[in-house]
Amino acid sequence: MQKRSIVPIVYILFLMLPIYWLVAMSFKTTNEILAGFSLFPQTFTLDNYKTIFTDPSWYWGYINSIAYVSINTVISIAVALPAAYAFSRYRFLGDKQLFFWLLTNRMAPAAVFALPFFQLYSAVELFDTHLAVALAHCLFNIPLAVWILEGFMGGVPKELDETAFVDGYSFPRFFATIFVPSIKAGVGVAAFFCFMFSWVELLLAKTLTAVAAKPIAATMTKTASSAGYELGLLAAAGTLTIIPGAIVIWFVRNYIAKGFAMGRV
Amino acid sequence: MKTENQKAWFFVLPVLALVAFNALIPMMTVVNYSVQETFGDNVFFWQGLDWFQQILRSDRFHAALGRQFLFTFLILIIEVPLGIAIALSMPRKGFWVPVCLVLMALPMLIPWNVVGAMWNIFTLPDIGLLGYTLNHVLGINYDMTQDPVAAWVTIVTMDVWHWTSLVVLLSYAGLVSIPDAYYQAAKIDGASNWAVFRFIQLPKMKTVLTIAILLRFMDSFNIYTEPFVLTGGGPGNSTTLLSIDLVKIALGQFDLGPAAAMSLIYFAITLLVSWLFYTLMTKDDLN
Repeated sequence: MQKRSIVPIVYILFLMLPIYWLVAMSFKTTNEILAGFSLFPQTFTLDNYKTIFTDPSWYWGYINSIAYVSINTVISIAVALPAAYAFSRYRFLGDKQLFFWLLTNRMAPAAVFALPFFQLYSAVELFDTHLAVALAHCLFNIPLAVWILEGFMGGVPKELDETAFVDGYSFPRFFATIFVPSIKAGVGVAAFFCFMFSWVELLLAKTLTAVAAKPIAATMTKTASSAGYELGLLAAAGTLTIIPGAIVIWFVRNYIAKGFAMGRV
Repeated sequence: MKTENQKAWFFVLPVLALVAFNALIPMMTVVNYSVQETFGDNVFFWQGLDWFQQILRSDRFHAALGRQFLFTFLILIIEVPLGIAIALSMPRKGFWVPVCLVLMALPMLIPWNVVGAMWNIFTLPDIGLLGYTLNHVLGINYDMTQDPVAAWVTIVTMDVWHWTSLVVLLSYAGLVSIPDAYYQAAKIDGASNWAVFRFIQLPKMKTVLTIAILLRFMDSFNIYTEPFVLTGGGPGNSTTLLSIDLVKIALGQFDLGPAAAMSLIYFAITLLVSWLFYTLMTKDDLN
């Protein structure tokens, strides 16, 4: 047992090294970074973070990202719940084909869609809004949410539905007060994966926004272009993008591994 | 058993509407471009299948496709066995399990361009932790902006860093679902570690591994942001994967027709290979 645990420890160390380097760099001044190699910050500074929290063009990037990610998660889960219920409880014309078609949308390279998406969302006058990015991310998040939720719903015995209807529950009341609470772990896992894939995606988010809804990840590219190469600032902004994900994952840590395992295929 | 009920379609409608809006309309736009030529100003000329022929015969496309398959092959051959090995050596229960899972999942939650930027500053020859260690401590000449081999090693290592945890999490989920009784029975029979793995653990992980391999195939085949930020496709064209090349043609040169034709060929290849994977890996279940 003792010998075996070396493998995960070494692996986690390997995972943490680049993250450590990013965090360490965020506490250095850009001058110190460029002057030469140092394992720890020599002149510890919080200036990089101060810049981000005081400059609206920086901190609005975070607000924008969190806004569209949240909208996307809510929409994805809301529409995926009834659909997953249909797939897990009923057979209907074209159900298997529909399910596979939904999954194929994960296979389309985002690069393929960038330009048509721009034209589509400009045409419906949603360009540069949080809603545009949230809707666009539905393309790959809804299929994933349906897949995960369907797996969890399959684990709930059908007797639960039947008993509730015999007891006189209407369908909406049964669904909202009995069924959904009984798979809340699944809802948590699905929401986590929606959050994750929307948070890390940049290509579509960047294509669909200009100023008003610009995501933080796109704001970061400006440190590389305009003001020279401000590595310290870049590192601080990068470090801050890790935090929301880390918080969300802590909440679902006990369900995370189960999420995919229970899906079908 | 599931009951037959056509009204179930009403439950699926919102999903269908939202995904169709995002998938079908852009897809039709791409199809439109792929058969036409434009000189700007929204004036289009019918071009037929010329773009498709041109792309299928172009050396540039073949080269990018070759690099793409090589990349996907390399990361699958490393990440899948490595992920399984790590999942096997993880503790089954106790305090350390959630800690391990959270730390391992962390790389997957970092925005993709931050991943690229992070590996960029990690590998800078004189001031990056990895670059400095290799060049000045171990004395290995390493500069990925000059050396194509170094660039390849770097993007593959980055992807292994980024996504091996997905394989670990999924395999682990399959492993913890095995009842203790199976292991006890194996012990009584005096089964070797290999036999336990081959006949108990591997079959139990099969479903989740299918998902893991499919997801890793699709995502690595479509990869764009991370290698673009890290190497920009260079040095030269040595790390210009399919997506990077596509964006160069579509947005760099604004050749919409060829780019659209290339997109469709690209999508068709992804679909075909995914379908092959899927059928091969689920074949035994059907018999």
